[in-house]
Amino acid sequence: MSFTLHADFEIKSSSLKEVRNFCREIFQKNQELENEQEKLILVISEAAQNIIKHAYENKDSPDKMRLQISYNDNELQIDLYDKGKPVIEEDVKPRDLDDIKPGGLGTFFIKQVMDEIIFNKEKTDDWVNHLILKKKIITQ
Amino acid sequence: MTYNVTEENNISTIYLNGEIDMDVGDKAKEAIMPLIESANEIHINLKDVQYMDSSGISVLIESHQKAVELGKKVVLKEISKSVLKVIMMAKLEQILNIE
Repeated sequence: MSFTLHADFEIKSSSLKEVRNFCREIFQKNQELENEQEKLILVISEAAQNIIKHAYENKDSPDKMRLQISYNDNELQIDLYDKGKPVIEEDVKPRDLDDIKPGGLGTFFIKQVMDEIIFNKEKTDDWVNHLILKKKIITQ
Repeated sequence: MTYNVTEENNISTIYLNGEIDMDVGDKAKEAIMPLIESANEIHINLKDVQYMDSSGISVLIESHQKAVELGKKVVLKEISKSVLKVIMMAKLEQILNIE
């Protein structure tokens, strides 16, 4: 099984539900991904949330962000593109385990679930930020 | 997200319903925080919460911390399976009061 699907979403917090619905529809149709879907939906929604929070500083924008989900040879790849403020990779830090405070949890979840997190520095069309998340899916 | 509140024997129970994400995190916080000010014990019932992200978890952490600060208690009740998974991913099951 292999596929690549993408959709664009408005830069606003109410888009997160649409992001999740888009993911749910894809994962529910693909048996190999169904078992992992809850965690994957959380991770993708957190990554989209980070775009709104950090690249757009919580401000709605007429820009769109693009989510692309690809699956090939048991490898899932999530690509997120946006045109917001450039992300400084060093500033993206997960919460310390013993530090019980709100914030930094989204990145912590992403790091827990995904195998690889790549901030692609090469220019892709006219997007500013390109985040790549990869995970090997173990099938039984 | 919707919610309703009941009160009995100085325990306020807030029943949250729906998905709690960044879009509604403030709404949840605004509903819970005044209850912590006014009641001795607050129960947050999560049986009808189908999805919670880091913003929702932040609301739970802040509620817990506010209650501790005021010498009160927040208890999470009937946590749905999907929310419990996220609480465990955040490694908060030993910190938050869960029943």
